[in-house]
Amino acid sequence: MRSGVVAEFDSADALERAYERLRDVGYTRLEAWSPYAVKGIVKRLPPSFVPWLMLLAGLAGGALGYLVQWWCNGINFPIDVGGRPLHSAPAFIPITFESAVLASSVTGFFVMLGLCGLPRLHHPVFEVDGFERASVDRFWIGVDDADPRFDADLPEQLASMGALRCARLPGGGR
Amino acid sequence: MTAHALELLEEEPTGGEPVLIGATEDERLTDDLLAPLWSRWPWFKYALGITGLGTLVLVAAVTYTILTGIGLWGNNIPVAWAFAIINFVWWIGIGHAGTFISAILLLFEVRWRTSINRFAEAMTLFAVMQAGLFPILHLGRPWFAYWLVPYPSEMDVWPQFRSSLPWDVVAVTTYFTVSLLFWYSGLLPDLAAARDRAPTLARRRAYGIAALGWRGEASHWRHYRMAYLVLGGLATPLVLSVHTCVSFDFSIAQLPGWHSTIFPPYFVAGAIYSGFAMVLQLLVPVRRIFRLEKVITKNHLDNMGKMLLVTGWIVTYTYAVEPFIAWYGGNTYEEYALLVDRPFGAYAWVFWSVIFCNCLSIQVLWSRRLRSSAWTLFAVACLVQVGMWLERFMLIVGSLHRDFLPSSWRIYVPSWVDLTILAGTVSFFLFLFLLFLRFVPFIAISEIKEMRHEMAKVRQREGALGVVRLPATERHA
Repeated sequence: MRSGVVAEFDSADALERAYERLRDVGYTRLEAWSPYAVKGIVKRLPPSFVPWLMLLAGLAGGALGYLVQWWCNGINFPIDVGGRPLHSAPAFIPITFESAVLASSVTGFFVMLGLCGLPRLHHPVFEVDGFERASVDRFWIGVDDADPRFDADLPEQLASMGALRCARLPGGGR
Repeated sequence: MTAHALELLEEEPTGGEPVLIGATEDERLTDDLLAPLWSRWPWFKYALGITGLGTLVLVAAVTYTILTGIGLWGNNIPVAWAFAIINFVWWIGIGHAGTFISAILLLFEVRWRTSINRFAEAMTLFAVMQAGLFPILHLGRPWFAYWLVPYPSEMDVWPQFRSSLPWDVVAVTTYFTVSLLFWYSGLLPDLAAARDRAPTLARRRAYGIAALGWRGEASHWRHYRMAYLVLGGLATPLVLSVHTCVSFDFSIAQLPGWHSTIFPPYFVAGAIYSGFAMVLQLLVPVRRIFRLEKVITKNHLDNMGKMLLVTGWIVTYTYAVEPFIAWYGGNTYEEYALLVDRPFGAYAWVFWSVIFCNCLSIQVLWSRRLRSSAWTLFAVACLVQVGMWLERFMLIVGSLHRDFLPSSWRIYVPSWVDLTILAGTVSFFLFLFLLFLRFVPFIAISEIKEMRHEMAKVRQREGALGVVRLPATERHA
């Protein structure tokens, strides 16, 4: 969210109530900021698909790990150790497993960052006075002005829900 | 931590000792936990100086070894593994508790994990760094270490993947990478808090860059929580697999004392055992120095004590099963190695020290009073740490020094270079850990706030149902 109205609340419960009320009224382009995950809000968002990408990456990584071992030791440069089979699957398991975990974790971390749009060191919302407490003990809600229900009396509505303060985004004139 | 805001005792909703005491406001809690980053520590430069000096000694000893060769060490034939592998297994074992606490306890939703996980994860990273040094040096020609990686070389050969050495390489590098990612993802919200509370612009910038611009948006938390949870789920089998791979180094060999199917669980239990001991060794002084008694409560100590007791008993059980299998299996060499040489041979003192440190010393932890005494735990943890190092000495040197033919039996004595490198890695580990304490929020603040919020909710619900709880002090009186 780049422009719209943001409001500050002093507790996770107040944020959750405000979020649900705005949702019920029909707002769709809502955003919330909190120092920790507020379960009530996170649960209302569509589930993250990061785990599915991690699964795919894990399978691909494991397959690659196995193929490398099989091709290197069995096909390209066969090493005969006491007549044991060249394609010795049990001996390839540890590396296969580790490559699966490695590929999956690295993918998970970077996909998570990518979906969050990070790293991004600056954001218009950082300009809002008092927003620095969003990582400490304050809870912020934002309504995008592209929202079809967006109207001018939003600050009053938010104040009636217990908002401590309201601000326009991006901050005017600065 | 400051002494005020102690009016409220926050209790485990499920009963038992509190996992968090006092500090009723998120703001105060955050500031208290971030305070070590901004305050002056008069002792810090001395501690950093001493461990830094130790690190330089390590660099010197490693340089000397690389320039001269591993003939400087006490290794001989048949004891070709000795210190390098003992230290490798010891350090990597220590590294296991971090991920165990973070990942396995995360999946089981164990609440007391929250105050100590960051700490334990950092310990893991630094311990694995020490561990990684040894196999590379032990190659003898460490500049060829990259031969272990399959790359299309002009020699037209590939690594032998049926050997346990490439397994180790992949296991340890994967473990380090995954632990690092897990640790760093957990840090993001706290680095953001440090950014927003930093007293100077320079620090604000530094923490701002480290936090990657974390804003704590609901849509961030949605991906973040899932990624964190799945990373935890992946790290769980990973922890078990890494020390399993390490144990394969031994168990796939034919040597009596090594060639045993009990090795993977034996090693994993031992690893978690020594790791918990290291967490306690670091936790107890840090808790005292930074007055963290309200975040790292007696409940944490009590639980860590219990974990030490449980893993200690698993280790004790394997000590009993090993000789039993040797006797039951009827193999002459194994019977000699485990029933005669180990308890009564040249290194008998190592065996009996192991029994004392790893099996007997922990029995004091049956007492609830001793278990929640920080310094008792610290003393026991130190003994366990020494015991676990000696256990690896017993397994490696003890099994190797009696080869199949008496003509090749030899006694092993470490050289001063061996001892210097071991002491140097301890210094380097502490050096890194001090830097971590100085510059990184070492308690997972965001997670603690979330836990507080959830606990308050549970209490509210109980209040509505009319459940009455006595304060912890009255209940145990």
